[in-house]
Amino acid sequence: GVNPDLASERQTASFSVGRLTTLLDGGAERTRLRRAVVEAIERDPVFSRENEYFQSQNERYEAAVRKAIHLQKKMREMGWTEDGPEFTYICRALSGDVAFLLHRVFIRSISVLGSDKQVAKWIPLATEYQLIGSYAQTELGHGTYLQGLETTAVFDTTTQEFILNTPKISAMKWWPGDMGRSATHTVVFAQLYVRGKCYGVHPFIVQIRSLQDHSLCPGITAGDIGPKMNFEHVDNGYLMLQNVRIPRENMLNKFCEVQPDGTYIRRGSQKINYFTMTTVRVSLISDEVILPLMKACTIAIRYSVVRRQSKLNPGEEEAKILDYQTQQEKLLPPLAAAYAFHFINNYLHKLFDRGYKEIQGRKFDSLPELHAFSSGFKAMVSQHCIAGVEICLRACGGHGYSLLSGLPSLYTKIFASCIYEGENTILLLQTARFLIKCFTAASAGRPIPPSVTYLAAVKPRKCPAKEKLDFLSPDVYTEAYQHTAIRLLSSTAAKLQDLIQSGVEKHEAWNQCTVQLVQAAKAHCHYITVKNFVETVEKLENEAGIQKIMKHLCDLFALHGIFSNAGVFLHDGYISGAQMDMVTASYLDLLGVIRKDAVPLVDAFDFTDKSLNSALGNFDGHVYQRLYEWAQKSPTNKQMSPAYVRYLQPLLHNKLSKL
Amino acid sequence: EALVINDPDFQHEDLNFLSRSQRYEQAIRKSSLMVMKLREYGIADPEEIYWFKSFVHRGRPEPLDLHLGMFLPTLLTQATPEQQDRFFMPAWNLEIIGTYAQTEMGHGTHLRGLETTATYDPATQEFILNSPTVTSIKWWPGGLGKTSNHAIVLAQLYTQGQCKGLHAFIVPIRQLGTHEPLPGITVGDIGPKFGYDEMDNGYLKMDNFRIPRENMLMKYAQVEPDGTYVKPLSDKLTYGTMVFIRSLIVGDSARALSRACTIAIRYSAVRHQSELKPGEPEPQILDYQTQQYKLFPLLATAYAFHFVGAYIKDTYRRVSGDINEGDLSELPELHALTAGLKAFTSWTANAGIEECRMACGGHGYSRCSGIPDIYVTFTPSCTYEGENTVMMLQTARFLVKSYNQVSSGQRVAGMVSYLNDLSRQRIQPQHVAARAVTVRINDPVSLVEAYKARAARLVEAAAKNLQAELNHRKSKEDAWNRTSVDLVRASEAHCHYVIVKLFTAKLSEISNAALRAVMTELCLLYALYGISKNTGDFLQVGILTDAQITQVNQHVKELLAIIRPNAVALVDSFDFHDIHLGSVLGRYDGNVYENMFEWAKKSPLNKTEVHESFHKHLKPMQAKL
Repeated sequence: GVNPDLASERQTASFSVGRLTTLLDGGAERTRLRRAVVEAIERDPVFSRENEYFQSQNERYEAAVRKAIHLQKKMREMGWTEDGPEFTYICRALSGDVAFLLHRVFIRSISVLGSDKQVAKWIPLATEYQLIGSYAQTELGHGTYLQGLETTAVFDTTTQEFILNTPKISAMKWWPGDMGRSATHTVVFAQLYVRGKCYGVHPFIVQIRSLQDHSLCPGITAGDIGPKMNFEHVDNGYLMLQNVRIPRENMLNKFCEVQPDGTYIRRGSQKINYFTMTTVRVSLISDEVILPLMKACTIAIRYSVVRRQSKLNPGEEEAKILDYQTQQEKLLPPLAAAYAFHFINNYLHKLFDRGYKEIQGRKFDSLPELHAFSSGFKAMVSQHCIAGVEICLRACGGHGYSLLSGLPSLYTKIFASCIYEGENTILLLQTARFLIKCFTAASAGRPIPPSVTYLAAVKPRKCPAKEKLDFLSPDVYTEAYQHTAIRLLSSTAAKLQDLIQSGVEKHEAWNQCTVQLVQAAKAHCHYITVKNFVETVEKLENEAGIQKIMKHLCDLFALHGIFSNAGVFLHDGYISGAQMDMVTASYLDLLGVIRKDAVPLVDAFDFTDKSLNSALGNFDGHVYQRLYEWAQKSPTNKQMSPAYVRYLQPLLHNKLSKL
Repeated sequence: EALVINDPDFQHEDLNFLSRSQRYEQAIRKSSLMVMKLREYGIADPEEIYWFKSFVHRGRPEPLDLHLGMFLPTLLTQATPEQQDRFFMPAWNLEIIGTYAQTEMGHGTHLRGLETTATYDPATQEFILNSPTVTSIKWWPGGLGKTSNHAIVLAQLYTQGQCKGLHAFIVPIRQLGTHEPLPGITVGDIGPKFGYDEMDNGYLKMDNFRIPRENMLMKYAQVEPDGTYVKPLSDKLTYGTMVFIRSLIVGDSARALSRACTIAIRYSAVRHQSELKPGEPEPQILDYQTQQYKLFPLLATAYAFHFVGAYIKDTYRRVSGDINEGDLSELPELHALTAGLKAFTSWTANAGIEECRMACGGHGYSRCSGIPDIYVTFTPSCTYEGENTVMMLQTARFLVKSYNQVSSGQRVAGMVSYLNDLSRQRIQPQHVAARAVTVRINDPVSLVEAYKARAARLVEAAAKNLQAELNHRKSKEDAWNRTSVDLVRASEAHCHYVIVKLFTAKLSEISNAALRAVMTELCLLYALYGISKNTGDFLQVGILTDAQITQVNQHVKELLAIIRPNAVALVDSFDFHDIHLGSVLGRYDGNVYENMFEWAKKSPLNKTEVHESFHKHLKPMQAKL
């Protein structure tokens, strides 16, 4: 049976959990499919994650490879395909704990950047696993700034080959997944040189290991980069190239080509090289960032109604810790954020699908907007989610630190997301650059992309709210966000302009404004997220119960943002001191309201116990029993530690008395 | 330091490459050696032992921590002379290895909720110990899982049918000689955690386990042979240990943050990225304003916490001197202050370590950066020795009490004396801070006043909201709960004020002019950055104006540029040895990339050129497909 403390929470739900789940999935058919896929995966013992927390790096890697290979078998058995609707659910069920994820990026980059001939040659080999690919961009000394890469590919006209080199230690490729141990091939990004002239960074397919015995090819040095905070199952690797020759045809040449005589030809936009990255960034937001936050909320909120501590009223039993206002203040804003980000992610995907089609048709107009969007949202969402998961971890007291809670591994994993696919600060600055451009265009009366037309809007200078209930009006808070976003951007633009006019060089002026630019980019993303949440809630008119609770969450998300950035809203008096007290009061009231539906709201995420892999977060709430039983399975309890015989025994048996 | 670092016995493989079991074994090996060497060298001064230990274990936890840090001291303070004769020397000689078992699976900071029972049986003159439920299993004590053969167990004492509350008992748990658990005892390791790999945190379940009456620690409370209970004289005294340990955490916060800053700042001077000026080589990332904005406020914070840690340590010494003379008057404030500062500094340092890690880009995520290790070792301090939110609320309780005293016309002393001003303002009907627009943002002393005004206003607001809730005829506890978010904010503002005040006070003690100048810059940065991150509090009631906030933001950025040339020198001053720092990115010599490569080559996955997984899985698959 279910722990009564958890069961009682489910009886009072103000809405139908099942319908909300369907809404999150995007339809009943998808819910059914997702559950079927997850069930098929979890029923298979090869995919079990139960021992994951006890395993060494070597064991985790081996398990991930075993799973990846078993997955191929499973997919054929079940009739699933890589581009079928099941695939996202497969990833969800495996929680990313599987090898060859970079192999997919390898395939994707060839399909986007390769010519038809290259696609025909490489893609079948890769999908049949006759080779295993990786994607090698980052170097030891260079990350997000692509132009700084030091690896070179020099074209040799006489042999019709490129000669690849990592000329010094900082040029060594470092971090690519699947490359340390598994990959036979990789896409290498290198500076292209033809006849002494540098043409910038281009992608090349390079074989690194023998297809016969997996030994390293001549001129190649490769290996694993050593232990990290998480991702023990991934063999992130290093790669040194010394005069490695590859045929001319191995440069991915859909958009750029070096002809046999060394002539360099460009078709379409250079920006397309970054497109692979942009697509990865978008898919990353949901799988690697939002899902972990949803899981962490599920674990922490369920645990918080099972855990009891101290007494709220004398004579009563100890209170559920979720009944403490401070605990609600920790957990409910991240919960609201998880919903907000789920909806903004849907919006991004729509935007992106449209853009993808345009690019296929060789129309590149929307690229800057897509790029700015994906950068800014990846940064904002990942920062919020990282903070949210950490709050969940620390909200579970001591038990949160046990790996068996599932929270540390969620945290260390999501932690990485602020770096890979672009460091967050740099991404926000890219968004800021786009915004400044649009703002300048808008001021000059030139057309700007639809997502930023608000920059041209003229709005009132004061918030109209008169009492705390007014702040539950979406118009009131959306306008406050809009006003703040415009103010931060326009004041930064003005400062930038001032500096340049006073004779400061452009790049130096930019550097002096970067702290403000980052703030402005965040405010923009925050505003769009709030606005999108509001619009999503409005569209739920056929689901009264769900619409009501989603409205509460939307209000909470918006007011929490104002409450925690009070200064920004107070700064020019748009919101007054008295109004800020109303915001605070409304915000704290909402905590009490949402508290009642907290458990149903996480139940609606519909994670199985196996995918949570947490002693604290199980559906049935038998926390302590599970923690105790699981701990007993720890290898440290199965064998007598050699430490006893070697060190403790002599110590205890008075060797010391000799001293 | 040199004694340890040059001793070949203390060398071992990089811990990052070892499994949990191997790390535990290494730690035990070093602890055993350490005890022997300490005696060989005749080191007995506690301060010297502390340093020796911290170099042997490089600032990491070890399985004997609880034996040395809790078991022995508890014997000293709570055991009778007869008990000391029985237990102390064997424990000193490590025939007895003990731990301190307080926390249970279902109960943490709220001690009164513990469920373990010790029932006195006058017939046999024994206590019968029981863990009656799953939630009552002792859970987390360090060294309990595999190392200890004794534990001091905290349990609810029952005698003559009555519960007398929590008391401490010495319980043997493993057979001397075989190290097997005794009958009635179930003991083991609680499994892998977020860090603390070398520590065997354990569980302990007791089923009708009997110990002699003399095993209850009876220096204060006693149970007589017939079961009569004798009450202790004062229960305030047990505060002392808590205050002491929490005050140590303030120092730990400073050290952990200093280490992370050292790594991130040195690495940022070595790493080059992008371009600032077109056509010029890639600049050091430390030249970017955004990077400075991430790291320099943390550097200033590390210095601030360092001074606060020293202050708390001194105050504790002074107050515990008073206590020994029977003067308990300063204890409540010290207790409230350490609780709040423990929470404030550990939260801030925790977030700061993360920020440092993120400031190191991808390489910060590698274990070779050393920051993941600092983080996982430090972060539990937000929870242990009192969960931080609970700590903040304890401070708030003291603040509200002081506020109420002032409201009823009394004056309060110490760090909260600013509350006295509130009553004066009430006489002149004027808003709390309406007068304070005279803040000079270049003057630390003036900024202390701004922080003081903010603390006063948030304490007042929380106290008034609490009163308003009470007026709604809610129970006291309910009203308190409904105000707790405000109360935590008030405590944070109070602690923030105390830190700015102590940092500012420190400046006048520095005689060297150059040093005072650079410390003044750091102090200003700390204070101004704090304002820029909490502008709402300062704007809302007019402590500062919009224009002043803009100036504050501008001045923060100017200070970043001023501090930039001294940044590396300022972290070098923390004087962490490379071995202690344990970071490839933070090396003193800055040879980062070569050494990362060397380090990676030693990774367990690289032990063989072709990994066994290739033959086991990859090859068969390729053959089949």
